[in-house]
Amino acid sequence: MAAAAAALLLLLAAAGPGRAVPGRARRDALREELLLSPLPNGDVAAAFQFRTRWDADLPRGAVSHYRLFPKALGRLVAALGVQELHLALTQGFWRTRTWGQPPLQAPAGAELWVWFQPTVTDVDKAWKELSNILSGIFCASLNFIDSTNTVTPTASFKPLGLANGTDHHLLRYAVLPREVVCTENLTPWKKLLPCGSKAGLAVLLKAERLFHSSYHSQAVHIRPICRDASCLAVSWELRQTLTVVFDTFSSGQGKKDWSLFKMFSRTLTDACPLASQSKVYVDISPKNKEKELLEVTPAPASVYEAIVQGEKRTYAVYDLLSPSLFNTSRSLNVQLKWKRPQDTELPTPVLHAQRYVSGYGLQTGEISTLIYNTHPYRAFPVILLETVPWYLRLYVHTLTIITKGKENKPSYIHYQPAQDRRRPHLLEMLIQLPANSVTKITIQFERALLKWTEYTPDPNHGFYVSSSVLSALVPSVIAMKAVDVEQSPLFTSLFPSSDGSSYFVRLYTEPLLVNLPTPDFSMPYNVICLTCTVVAVCYGSFYNLLTRTFHVEEPSRGGLAKRLANIIRKFRGVPPL
Amino acid sequence: MAAAAAAAADEAERARGRRAALSFAAIAVVLGLPLWWRTTETYRAALPYADIDGLGQLPFQLAVPVAVVFAPGAVPGDLPKALPFRDVQEMEISVNLRTSITSRYEMIYRSTTAQEEAALHVATAQEADAALRPLQDASLGALTMYVVPETSSLLPQGISVYVGKHRGALVRAGGGLAALRTRLRQLTQVMSFTASSIAAALSDRVPDGQLGPDARRHLKSSLGYEITFSLLNPDPKSHVVDWDIEDAVSRYVQPVLDKLSLVANFSVDSQILYYAVLGVTPRFDKESSSFLLSAHSLPHVINPVEARLGSSAASLYPVLNFLLYVPERSHSPLYIQDKDGAPVSTNAFHSPRWGGIMVYNVEAPASPQASLPLHVDVDMVRVMEVFLAQLRLLFGLSREELPPEFLLESPGSEGLADWELDRLLWAHTVENIATVSTTLTSLAQLLDKIGNIVIKDDVASEVYQAVASAQSAMARLAKGHLHSAFQASKEAVTSSERAFFDPSLLHLLYFPDDQKFAIYIPLFLPMAVPILLSLAKIVRETRQRKKEPTKMD
Repeated sequence: MAAAAAALLLLLAAAGPGRAVPGRARRDALREELLLSPLPNGDVAAAFQFRTRWDADLPRGAVSHYRLFPKALGRLVAALGVQELHLALTQGFWRTRTWGQPPLQAPAGAELWVWFQPTVTDVDKAWKELSNILSGIFCASLNFIDSTNTVTPTASFKPLGLANGTDHHLLRYAVLPREVVCTENLTPWKKLLPCGSKAGLAVLLKAERLFHSSYHSQAVHIRPICRDASCLAVSWELRQTLTVVFDTFSSGQGKKDWSLFKMFSRTLTDACPLASQSKVYVDISPKNKEKELLEVTPAPASVYEAIVQGEKRTYAVYDLLSPSLFNTSRSLNVQLKWKRPQDTELPTPVLHAQRYVSGYGLQTGEISTLIYNTHPYRAFPVILLETVPWYLRLYVHTLTIITKGKENKPSYIHYQPAQDRRRPHLLEMLIQLPANSVTKITIQFERALLKWTEYTPDPNHGFYVSSSVLSALVPSVIAMKAVDVEQSPLFTSLFPSSDGSSYFVRLYTEPLLVNLPTPDFSMPYNVICLTCTVVAVCYGSFYNLLTRTFHVEEPSRGGLAKRLANIIRKFRGVPPL
Repeated sequence: MAAAAAAAADEAERARGRRAALSFAAIAVVLGLPLWWRTTETYRAALPYADIDGLGQLPFQLAVPVAVVFAPGAVPGDLPKALPFRDVQEMEISVNLRTSITSRYEMIYRSTTAQEEAALHVATAQEADAALRPLQDASLGALTMYVVPETSSLLPQGISVYVGKHRGALVRAGGGLAALRTRLRQLTQVMSFTASSIAAALSDRVPDGQLGPDARRHLKSSLGYEITFSLLNPDPKSHVVDWDIEDAVSRYVQPVLDKLSLVANFSVDSQILYYAVLGVTPRFDKESSSFLLSAHSLPHVINPVEARLGSSAASLYPVLNFLLYVPERSHSPLYIQDKDGAPVSTNAFHSPRWGGIMVYNVEAPASPQASLPLHVDVDMVRVMEVFLAQLRLLFGLSREELPPEFLLESPGSEGLADWELDRLLWAHTVENIATVSTTLTSLAQLLDKIGNIVIKDDVASEVYQAVASAQSAMARLAKGHLHSAFQASKEAVTSSERAFFDPSLLHLLYFPDDQKFAIYIPLFLPMAVPILLSLAKIVRETRQRKKEPTKMD
């Protein structure tokens, strides 16, 4: 051992002194952000975003050294040739109608969509492997993603980051609407944060509060982005987002006031020491042009104004890294009080949708989707994506799209019929929504009979049909400026904005719950028993017939007919019978 | 007459009934039972049970080709034959009561060629080693030993055996053939395998108590390893720690791994974990005003850290973790104590088959008012020295206790001498074959115990493949072809693992017996009862008929 150590000393001395250069330029950076926005109906939405940016290309299989970027995800991206990865785990449903446009919505359950790099030869295999590994990392049932719930949309999901081509064969999209999200999914998600839940904004992420809410959605987005304005090199970006909606209105005795402590039962004491930016934004946009309706304490150091989703909004900003913030008090407990009760009229969002299943009986039914465009004078197109499991057999000839009483012809339609037990229906349409209109899309279906092993353990609960996805460029009322991703707050910069006149919105409708004809599950055994009984009865009589011994009973004098016959035979002189 | 005819007819009828019942029973037995058996049996392809049993005995023969080359003036006087000649020495290594391993040293004694003689005419042993290298048999496992005259100045004073970087050694002659032979045997064992290294490779089979303390430290043989360096910084508020791991890996670790790439695939990565704390609160020592971790608390250190290390989701290879722990400001400096209470000089410890941890103390700033956070640049030379030593330990490459007259050349920038690689290959080949035998034997035992396991044809072919590869590996070991034997043993491991973990084995495993009976009884009971009853009746009647004639008499 001593000899070995000495040998190594020699070796290391020969190799030269370590070349640790002090103050090397950091190649990765972390930004954390919390956006608190009071919703129109009195609830409060809190949207956390943690963004790790790494100025390195994740190459395949080379030696990799991670600092802020989590190793588990980095290795996954490198090993499986992932171009872009978006995973969301959601409990509850974002009510667009009463809560307004979501900062980042996700469908109930688990949603995963991935763009693979063009070098990946077998995309399906990589997809299967990826979903299995993610299932392990996030403790979610993503391993149930298979060909029966995976689709390849052609128009709805474009890469959000840098991409050379958009060959949609490299895209896979799957939703598991049955997935229940809970603490065991939150813990691994928090573990990916460089500061864990030990410091910074993440200290607020306490499971018992987060899951005591109307809506909880946690997501991971990985994508390549431009390193700088010239875009000659690629950086990788990991965004971990968590959106939660607290029902403060009904739990707070009808008051809309809230504070950080009331919502999270924690307050902020410091920023994550690794973060280069750590900010809390509170939406204090004046409603109905009346200012000074609400009051936030402590008084914000600065106010940020921006046009977000077509509306001019004002945010109070608390910079956790500024030393003055924690000078007066040791912790930050943002509070919001309404000075006088607000009028209850809810503003309606420009685009919202709802979906339901109708019909009676267990044979046929109809899926209806209503899409509302409440814009007073602008029409805009929307891409609708429907994924329907194979056991609902869609009749495409019954597809009708009606706007204002007239038929609306989609300008693009892509339909991929289902194959039993192999793949789901995929229906994508580009529909023009006239100004101030409701568009109703209906399609009829027939329910298939499943094999008895294909039913879920609680078949009478029904079968979920995942949310349909609406993607649209909604025209903005106010012209927007192009934003610099590195400078603007995170909540404005996930979706790339195309131009100043419109903004991108992706909405999800409700998932559907459809009852399928459910058999009596003891039936197979009953059939076996019945068949066996029939066989046994037939067999028994047959057996009896063949093995019974027949005795010839010799009658003493025979019957009347025989006696008569014998008398006649005697007369004729023939021997008797 | 009529009565007799009636009786005869009756008897014929009864016989017909009997025949019918018997043929029913016969059809049920001859046709029905096999049909039922065939249609419900679990498919099982034939497996080479006898060969698997044979493998279980581990009939190893390890042959080491050794060339002993005498320089002029070094030939002992009492040689039995004139040079060159061959000689075989055998040695038994007993592993347990059932298994023992024969090692054969196939010695070729010859005198030097002119080139070798020229190569030996240099000033130092190092130069001789380098000059002799191209003249040696370069195949893995083959050793060449040069016997130099007793008065040779090649070897330093007091050293009689010099082991080079490659597969050659220099031995000082003297003391006749018997003394030379013992020295050569000792040297061969150092450069190939010893009884204890083989026992460590077969540690699963060696009875407890016979193993040395180091035997269970070695990593299990595997097709690949993942090496993860993690920097734990539990206090990022006070310490900003930077390490130039990229450079350190390419400088110090990669040469070793390049050499080891023959043994397995390696992947190296590193990460920095913040707010990762040890599971033990260190004790404050007033005398030295430092914090101490005692040896008995070390087992509890790893668990809380392990949860943060992250599993290797993308591969199935075992992970080797090397952690560099920079203690919190409130707990520094932190020292590890050994069992006697003395501080460990390297401030590091290793955990068998898991990895190593090193505590890296940050020097306290000169002025206590120095602004936080404190910038720390890790001295990677100091760290890598410890981690490389731990890496060698974990691979079982630690140099054993040797007599003082042995001198081992340091492996230089390659980090590993050729003969050390051979040692690793010997041990891993033996361990691989033992693993294959264990895997296949337990598969055979499982099949014997649980009737519901399906063996498909492809699984069976994997088993055949594994057995064939293991047998060929053993055959090559017996011939001394170490490299091809190792390759074959790797193939055998791959095939046997694939067969053992094939998911198709479990398809019918959870079909409980009570459900089977519930399905069979409604059919089998009504069918079997009449057959059994009529058979019983026939037996009864035959017995009576046998009795009746004796009564008549």
